[in-house]
Amino acid sequence: MPKVAKRRILAGVHFMNGDEAIAEGAIAAGCTFFAAYPITPQSEIAERMARRLPQVGGVFIQMEDELGAMAAVIGAAWGGAKAMTATSGPGFSLMMENIGLAVMTETPCVVVDVQRGAPSTGLPTLVGQGDMMQARWGSHGHYEIIALSPSSPQEAFDLTVKAFALSERFRSPILLMTDEVVGHMYERVEIPEEVPIAPRRKPEVPPEEFLPYRPTEDLVPPMACAGDGYRIHVTGLTHDERGYPAMDAEAHDVLVRRLCEKILRFREEYTWYEETMTEDAEVLVISYGISARVSLGGVELAREKGIKAGLLRLITIWPFPDEVVKQLAERVGGIVVVEINLGQIYREVERATGGRVPMRGVFRAGGRIHTPEEVLAGIEEVLRCRS
Amino acid sequence: MPVLKPRPKPTPEILPGVRHPLEKYLRTDRLPHIWCSGCGLGIALSSFLYALEELEIDPDSVAVVSGIGCAGRFAGYVRLDSYHTTHGRAIPFATGLKLAKPELTVVVFSGDGDLFAIGGNHFIHAARRNVDITVLCVNNFNYGMTGGQVGPTTPVDGRTTTTPYGNFEHPFNLVYLAASAGATYVARWTTLHARRLKESIKEALRHPGFNFIEIISPCPTNFGRRNRLGDALDEMRYYAEKAVIRHGVDPAGAEVVPGREFIVGKFVDIEKPTYLELYRRKVGELFGR
Repeated sequence: MPKVAKRRILAGVHFMNGDEAIAEGAIAAGCTFFAAYPITPQSEIAERMARRLPQVGGVFIQMEDELGAMAAVIGAAWGGAKAMTATSGPGFSLMMENIGLAVMTETPCVVVDVQRGAPSTGLPTLVGQGDMMQARWGSHGHYEIIALSPSSPQEAFDLTVKAFALSERFRSPILLMTDEVVGHMYERVEIPEEVPIAPRRKPEVPPEEFLPYRPTEDLVPPMACAGDGYRIHVTGLTHDERGYPAMDAEAHDVLVRRLCEKILRFREEYTWYEETMTEDAEVLVISYGISARVSLGGVELAREKGIKAGLLRLITIWPFPDEVVKQLAERVGGIVVVEINLGQIYREVERATGGRVPMRGVFRAGGRIHTPEEVLAGIEEVLRCRS
Repeated sequence: MPVLKPRPKPTPEILPGVRHPLEKYLRTDRLPHIWCSGCGLGIALSSFLYALEELEIDPDSVAVVSGIGCAGRFAGYVRLDSYHTTHGRAIPFATGLKLAKPELTVVVFSGDGDLFAIGGNHFIHAARRNVDITVLCVNNFNYGMTGGQVGPTTPVDGRTTTTPYGNFEHPFNLVYLAASAGATYVARWTTLHARRLKESIKEALRHPGFNFIEIISPCPTNFGRRNRLGDALDEMRYYAEKAVIRHGVDPAGAEVVPGREFIVGKFVDIEKPTYLELYRRKVGELFGR
């Protein structure tokens, strides 16, 4: 029998890929339920979870499709578990339905999208970043959702842990928007000795006084799970503080605004980014995920040629860090956005900066990452258009 | 033009001071319910609640999960942990709930369209896995909530709003489908058979594994009206005339065809390890848990 690691936290230094790091991050963060459907390039997450979850007393289940996977994750969260699913573009599309249910019912959970070339079946084994807008707007209706994007396996581990904490903090699904290259890239991953398990906020009043959707001061209501004795009703319909369906415009307005506001009001808690050589930068490169690593190479090439370029690497993609981008944009003469789609985050940057700074997009439709030289070419181009 | 005044909501109170025997299981502040008069959902609901009461199941340990539609509103009326989920997804939701908290009794209550059209894939896979949940399907042969469209159980020639010339599709035989997908308890009743239905629900709730009960119900507002089946009472008379109680019959031949006798009763009642039993056995062997 192979040596079995029953530990929740595999503390130490590992050589693992981003997918495996996500699985270990989830288990370290206390995830005990994982439901998914096979899809490239996510398989390593599911396979690792299938092996590891039974070792730590959790449950792995391979569902019949991603519709079911997302529904099972929400059900498990109401059963008290920390729950996660992982997929790629085609499955992400199917999950949109129940991501909306998780938003509406305020269900903490984590959804991983290892992006590949798209639309449709696209390029199953090759990289893409084309789901960024789907992450933002993919489920019907108006809502806010937090999406994080790692640039390395180590960061994939770290952000998965953070995603679970955010999901409990905001009672919301949290999206981890990674990509095929980070997912399959093997690197050093250091797992710390201790990883805290984020607590679930439970009601502090007896059942007869409990209103399941009455928000606390920070707009997030405490959560009574199944079997806790509160016997609450949970519905995807517009509901009042009792959780009962409320079929009127006023109740809808109150609910939808609160669901958005509980995320937006606390942006400073989760708006993460990294600046490199931005102090004196004349050209700002903005990127995320694997594209940000390539962009750093492009920025370094520019510096070698005497061009003052800097990099803003977005870690939190949604809600979009408008202020961060706006303030940096005020100091530079040009912006280059690098991403593996034809300009999704580009438009967000354009919107945040009000179009006041010359911009160039360095885009690929999908299938391979950029070269640093392509990023350099973008930097030089934006400089030319400025002069 | 006359002004249409909203009608005042009728008071749910039947007699002053008299309490409904199932009140402790009901969200009485949500009554009256939205179901049409003559609908069978109320009978299905009370049969389920009487079953809970007679089994003396701790209400804190029961969770009800519904999908969307008339039957989907079931979860909203029970004073239990209750989840009104998305269309077709009650079963996978219930699967996650059960696996995360195995001590719960998890009951899925939904309709024929929800469970067998949009949710059909989830149904067969949950039955195959033998997930320990009880699925109660109120079959009224059409989509009532949306105005009476054709569904996966609408009989051939059945009139609905989307089969104005009669239905050209063959319907599912739900008990056969459930049995062949692996359900370990399968029964069919009508809302006329309220006592037998209650006993059957009690059996299902005590039976480990994937349990399925089809509850044939009138829909006088939609399917009944369009197919000239008369009012709800006429449909009950029809059930009394045509339903034949047989147990242990091969579900393959137990189709429900308008105008013909049809079989109600228990079709399957077998023992098979549940998903969690198999999982725990293996995990126990390997990791001593």
